[in-house]
Amino acid sequence: MSDFETVAATENQAARRGVSGEPGAPNQVGATQKPRSLAGDAWRDLRRNPIFWISLGLVVLITAMAAVPSLLTANDPRDCLLSRQHAGPSGGAIFGYDFQGCDVYARAVYGTRASLLVGALAALATGVIALVVGMLAGYFGGWVDAVLSRVIDIVLGIPLLLAAIVLLKRLSTSSDNVRLFAVIFVLAVLGWTTAARVIRSSVITAKEQDYVSAARMLGARNGRIMWRHILPNALAPAIVVLTIALGSFIAAEATLSFLGIGLKAPTISWGQDIDTGRIHMREAATPLIVPSAFLALTVLAFIMLGDAIRDAFDPKLR
Amino acid sequence: MTQSAVRPTPASPTPPGGHLLEVRDLHIEFRTREGVAKVINGVTYHLDAGETLAVLGESGSGKSVTAQAIMGILDTPPAHITSGQILYQGRDLLTQSEEQRRQVRGKEIAIIFQDALSALNPVFPVGWQIGETLRQREGMSRADARRRAVELMDLVKIPAAAKRLGDYPHQFSGGMRQRVMIAMALALDPKVLIADEPTTALDVTVQAQIMDLLADLRHDLNMAMILITHDLGVVAGVADRIAVMYAGRIVEHADVRSLYRAPAHPYTKGLLESIPRMDVRGQALSTIKGLPPNLMRIPSGCPFHPRCPYVQQVCVDVVPHDLVLGDGRTSECHFAQEVRDDSAR
Amino acid sequence: MFRFILRRLLQMVLAFFGTTLIVYALMFAGQGDPIQALAGERPVTAAQRAYLTQKYHLDQTGVGGFFYRYLDYVKNLLQGDLGQSLTGRQIGDILQQAWPVTVRLALIALAVAIVFGVTAGVIAGIRRASIFDNSTLVLTLLVLGIPTIVLAPLAQYFLGVKWQLFPPTAGAQPSLYALLLPGIVLGSLSLATALRLTRTSVAENLRADYVRTARSKGLVKRRIVSVHVLRNSLIPVVTFLGVELGNLMSGAIITEGVFNIPGVGFNLFRGIRTEDGPLVVGIVSVLVVVYLISNLVVDVLYAVLDPRIRYE
Repeated sequence: MSDFETVAATENQAARRGVSGEPGAPNQVGATQKPRSLAGDAWRDLRRNPIFWISLGLVVLITAMAAVPSLLTANDPRDCLLSRQHAGPSGGAIFGYDFQGCDVYARAVYGTRASLLVGALAALATGVIALVVGMLAGYFGGWVDAVLSRVIDIVLGIPLLLAAIVLLKRLSTSSDNVRLFAVIFVLAVLGWTTAARVIRSSVITAKEQDYVSAARMLGARNGRIMWRHILPNALAPAIVVLTIALGSFIAAEATLSFLGIGLKAPTISWGQDIDTGRIHMREAATPLIVPSAFLALTVLAFIMLGDAIRDAFDPKLR
Repeated sequence: MTQSAVRPTPASPTPPGGHLLEVRDLHIEFRTREGVAKVINGVTYHLDAGETLAVLGESGSGKSVTAQAIMGILDTPPAHITSGQILYQGRDLLTQSEEQRRQVRGKEIAIIFQDALSALNPVFPVGWQIGETLRQREGMSRADARRRAVELMDLVKIPAAAKRLGDYPHQFSGGMRQRVMIAMALALDPKVLIADEPTTALDVTVQAQIMDLLADLRHDLNMAMILITHDLGVVAGVADRIAVMYAGRIVEHADVRSLYRAPAHPYTKGLLESIPRMDVRGQALSTIKGLPPNLMRIPSGCPFHPRCPYVQQVCVDVVPHDLVLGDGRTSECHFAQEVRDDSAR
Repeated sequence: MFRFILRRLLQMVLAFFGTTLIVYALMFAGQGDPIQALAGERPVTAAQRAYLTQKYHLDQTGVGGFFYRYLDYVKNLLQGDLGQSLTGRQIGDILQQAWPVTVRLALIALAVAIVFGVTAGVIAGIRRASIFDNSTLVLTLLVLGIPTIVLAPLAQYFLGVKWQLFPPTAGAQPSLYALLLPGIVLGSLSLATALRLTRTSVAENLRADYVRTARSKGLVKRRIVSVHVLRNSLIPVVTFLGVELGNLMSGAIITEGVFNIPGVGFNLFRGIRTEDGPLVVGIVSVLVVVYLISNLVVDVLYAVLDPRIRYE
């Protein structure tokens, strides 16, 4: 359950690392050096990082699987026969059949879509909330910052899973699509704080740069300064945080579905299948192992991708 | 001079004919991911017992790196000492084992840093930090170390020292914090004190107090002092000799009076001319044009040539080496005589 | 120090009312029949309906009624009266039985995180970019990326059912041995985070200026690391572990559910499964309070450890 807090903790470090200068003698050396393009440096680093390529490959594969699941399996995940309960591999069903007699592999492949949809949309919504709050707090400072920072503190103080349980319990009888969007809504409402903090601190850094003060003195309007000068600076750290958040949102959705308050049948979701597989693990293990592996690899892919990008942009501690 | 492996007796700290501390042709590079920066390129200077040498230069000129090399506290990597000697009482510190060098630190040569707030450990009381040196190095008891810490804090004129023993660094003002730093450096009665920009982080009025304190302590405790600074104004009243550093080299070396009267290197001249003077009315302040060099791509010939008003073709082609100007002065400039004569006018 | 604690206490009181208000509003406000919302899809008997109406003052209406009911709920919560679950048991009794188990599990998890996470983190921080450091980084990334709903059932299957190294489930009166595997599973995330945090903190502090000072005092390296660096590095780690203890106690829902450990999380797990609204609200309210208190304790701890905050 503490997936979120965990990622949050590492991200907070990233935010702190981002602003702290490097002490000691090496600073003197670089003092007169021409600043090199950060993005260029980062890309050079990324290209040499195998973790980046592995996780990027996985992300592409997962996205393809979510978009066109029939590419990877010819079987229908909803074609279930109780007579095949826990039967061994046959035909296209390379991992056999589950308790309901459904193709384990096909279900895992088709389960990708809901997970990725929830993760991506929640990350997108999070990004929008975080960008607005982070930009306002960072750019205007003063009482705006004070109020928004307190709001962030309070939301951050709410234990995510507990709050999600309370929020989602209300919706136990709703339809499929409503549930999907309810899960996205809950994750976004509770999960935007870390990204907002990161954006806020990079906005504050960008704001103090000379060209921004120059633009302000030349009479550029706040909106224009934010859009043209500040936003581009906040984007890279925001993307890193959101990539990692996407992974943790997928994990959170699976957890909620596992508990029975997230997605429900007929939507195919890994969390539910893991729960069913778990209950019958003594009879057959693959219905537990296969969706677990799919879920773990997906979450890992996004978290590793975000981690690799962050290390490239912020190599101080490598 | 006969070099012996025997530890010199305290009675004769300086071997006959030698200096107390001598840096010879030191070269240091920083090897980083971005490339190799040549930070120190043949620094030579010496220090005799009881005198004060000021090492002057902009940030990045290598003055602090040299000091850290003397102390043996450079981070290696990225720093690499590629050649040179650092002789203390005639023995080369660079060939000694880490354990031997550790014995020298604090006891023979001590250092105080620019920013006392970050140089002191934030989570221990200052009395504890001063006493730690005594307990760890001298095997003093807790109570004795405490007593001695109060004495040291009295020595550096911290008011109500006994009461402030248990206070933490952040509870002191900047000046008092630097005094704590000095007290800590003096704990083991070092023979050499290196003061690395001791007043840079302080207010102007406090700066003067700290400089006076250092000068008094140097005299009273009969130490030798290396005063590292970028501020010519700080140097005048305190130092005996000045070594001016630029791009990891000593470009000019002279006693204070002659250097102030007539600098013999265009860089020193530029530095002096950029100080506002009380005695000249309506004088336009000059500055040195350009920026300090990138140490990964040091200019050919004389490293100062891109910024030098005296520049000629020879400066681009040939590295100037110490030109001795008499009365112990040296200058690394092809036109040292001219510059000096210009300045004297 | 006193003012600091007072300020944090005030903040906590605010956060307490804020959070409980949110929990309460989400549970009861809005559309439909609040009693049905509590019960979910289950039919509600007349006796239950009467009990709930009386318990939550549902006969009062409007905004005033809402706040009246909310204050009532807070009052009951503070008095430890959590009401009855839909099965008719006192929620307070359920929690009283469950707490010791949950606390034991959380302590095992925390011990795992401290013994392995902090130790390995210190070593990795000192030997940055070594093989040890790089392999712990990859390993912790793996642990951080694998959700508990994957880790717990798989550990149960492989270590409990297939290879039979540990008891696969705990049962009513779990022994320490039966809690070991769930404790490790629960603690693995904290372990990974503690490791990374310690590593970063040690690595950062090793480059701090005061380390250079300590070296120039002629101290031996072992003392510089074990006294100066560790004392500073462990401030954020101890803080994290404190917050984590609160998390672990409220966060064992999945682990306790999977391993059948009759703790608080297990009861919440069951409450969600059986759509027992009052039980869920009761436990969530208590857990929120636990979480807030543990955060407060940690802040005070922070102040004790860091003189810069203590003497603010």
